[in-house]
Amino acid sequence: MSLSTAAALIPEGQGHSFEARAWRRALRIGGLRIAIELKELVRNPMALMFTVLFPLILFIIFVSVFTGHVAPGVNFSQYFAAGMIASGAFYAGFQNLAIAVPIERDNRTLKRLRGTPMPPAAYFIGKTGAVIAVYVVQVALLIGLGSLFGDLQLPGTAGRWLTFAWVSVLGLTATSLCGLAVSGLIRRSEGAAAIVSPVVVVLQFISGVFFQYGSLPGWMHDIASVFPLRWLALGMRSVFLPARFAAFEPGGHGWQHGVTALVLAAWAVIGFAVAARRFRWSNEHRG
Amino acid sequence: MPRRVVVAAAASGKHGGMPTGGTGPAVEVTGVTKRYGDVWALAGLDLRVERGECVALLGPNGAGKTTTVEILEGYRPRTAGTVSVLGEDPGKAGEAWRARIGIVLQDATDQGLLTVGEVVRHFAAYYPSPRDPDDVIAAVGLTEKRSARVVGLSGGQRRRLDVALGLVGRPQLLFLDEPTTGFDPEARRQFWDLISALREAGTTILLTTHYLEEAEHLADRVAMVVRGRIAASGTPASLRHGPTIVTWRDAGGVRRSEETATPTQLVTALAAHFGGEVPELAVAPRTLEDAYLRLLSDEGDAA
Repeated sequence: MSLSTAAALIPEGQGHSFEARAWRRALRIGGLRIAIELKELVRNPMALMFTVLFPLILFIIFVSVFTGHVAPGVNFSQYFAAGMIASGAFYAGFQNLAIAVPIERDNRTLKRLRGTPMPPAAYFIGKTGAVIAVYVVQVALLIGLGSLFGDLQLPGTAGRWLTFAWVSVLGLTATSLCGLAVSGLIRRSEGAAAIVSPVVVVLQFISGVFFQYGSLPGWMHDIASVFPLRWLALGMRSVFLPARFAAFEPGGHGWQHGVTALVLAAWAVIGFAVAARRFRWSNEHRG
Repeated sequence: MPRRVVVAAAASGKHGGMPTGGTGPAVEVTGVTKRYGDVWALAGLDLRVERGECVALLGPNGAGKTTTVEILEGYRPRTAGTVSVLGEDPGKAGEAWRARIGIVLQDATDQGLLTVGEVVRHFAAYYPSPRDPDDVIAAVGLTEKRSARVVGLSGGQRRRLDVALGLVGRPQLLFLDEPTTGFDPEARRQFWDLISALREAGTTILLTTHYLEEAEHLADRVAMVVRGRIAASGTPASLRHGPTIVTWRDAGGVRRSEETATPTQLVTALAAHFGGEVPELAVAPRTLEDAYLRLLSDEGDAA
C-alpha cells in the first residue's frame, strides 16, 4: 500500500476535532495506552516478579513460619492474607508508579509522548489500567493461595464485597497519586527503588501486615495511623476476617470505616496536590 | 531506500507536508534568551525558517543548539524573547499544534520491549492524518526489523526508528536533533536521501548537526550557533565564500598555504619563482569547515 492510499482511508474531518472531541480522544488513546502498558508489563519478567510474584513469595514464607492463631477461630494466615491484599494496593499503586515513572522520564518515554498530540490524560489512563491489572492479578492470586494454604474465605455478603470495592478503589487512588507525587520528587530513576521499597517495608511492619497490629506498642500505632497502609489493612480485615474479630482490634474501636475512608481520601488529596505540582515530562538538560 | 514512495505520499496527502494551515514563516524567533542559574545558554538568538525550507543549526557542543530546538518544540520555557512556530507560541500551543510538528529525539532508549511495528503503529494512532506505519518503516529501512523488539536494535537502527516516529504523523515541520549520530556512512547517505525527498515534498525541516558535510548536503540555509547566538547565517555557498586556499611545498621542503582572493596571480608568481612546475601545488575553494573553524576562532578571540 502506498502512503497516498493510506491517507485516503482516514475519515474526513478528524484533524479538526481536537477540542470538540477532547474527551473521546483522551479515552480512545487512553485505551491504546492501556494495551501498551499491559504489553510492556507482561514482557518485563523483572517488573512482573517485583510487583506480582514478590507478595506471593512473602505470603508463602510467612504462613509457613507463623502457624498460630491471632484470636479464637482466626489464624495468622487469614490475618496475613488480608494484610498482603492491602499491601497489594501499595505495590500496584505506590511502588509501581514511584519506580516506573522516573524510569520512563529518564529513558525519554515521557518526553517523546509529550512531543506528540497524545492527550496527557491518556498517559494517566494507561497507568491506571496497569495499576488495576497488577492489583487484580495480585489479589486473585493471594485469595487463591490464601484459601488453598490458609483458611481465607471470600467475602460472604454483598456488604463485604462493597467494602472490598470501596477500600480497593480509594486505596489504589491514594497510593497511586502518592506514587506519582514521589516520582515527581525523585530526580533520577536509579535511586527510586532504594527510596521507595524501604518505605513500603517499614509501613508493612508497623501497620499490621507482618505483625498483628494489636501486639504493637502504642507509639508505633501513633505513627502508623498517620499513613494509609494501617487503614487499608484494617479495611481488608473487615472484609476477610470474621465479624467478631472487630472486637480484637486495638482500642475497641472496631472496623472504623469512616476514619479509613477519611485518611485514604486525605492521602489522595495530598498525593494529587504534590503530583500536580511536581510531575514533569522530562528532566531539563543544559545544552 | 524507497525514496519515491515518500515523496509521492507527502505531496498527495490531504494534510501533507505542503505548507497548509497559515502563512508566514514556519519558525520566527526574536531575541530569545535562556538562563540556567548564572549561565546564559541563549544570549539573544534570532532565527527565521521559511515554509518549505531546510535549515541546519551548526555549532559546537554547548553552543545552545539543543536548547534552541527544545524551546521551539515546546519542551522548555524561554527566559525572554518571542517565538512563533507554525504561527503559535510553543509554550502555549496545544494538541492540534503538536499534530503538525514532528520531533526526532536524541538519546532515547524508550519502548524497548515493544516491536518496531507496534511502536510505529501505536504512535500513528495519536495523529489525525498519519502516514501508513508500514510505509514509514520501509522509508527508514527497518522493514526487516518490523517484528524485532526495539531493545535489540543497533544504535543506528534505533535512530532510524526515532526518525520514523518523527515522520509518522505527517508533520508540516520536522525537528531533527543530531539525527545521524551513530549511523554508518551508508545509512547516513540513505537518511540524506529520505530527508531530501521530504524537503522536495514541501516539509519544513530544522536540523541540528555536528557534521558540516551533512549541513552542506541537506540544508538550504545554515545558521552557525556560537555562545547562544547566531554567529553567521546563509546558504552553504555564501558561508563558504571567501578566499581560495593555495598550498605548495617550498624550496626548504616545508608545506606552505596561503589564503588569497587572487589565486591565479599567486600561482603565476609561484610558477615564475620555481621556474615551471610548483611542487605539490593545490588550489582549493574554502570549505564550509574552514569557514566554521575560522568563525569559532574569531569568536574565541573576541571573548
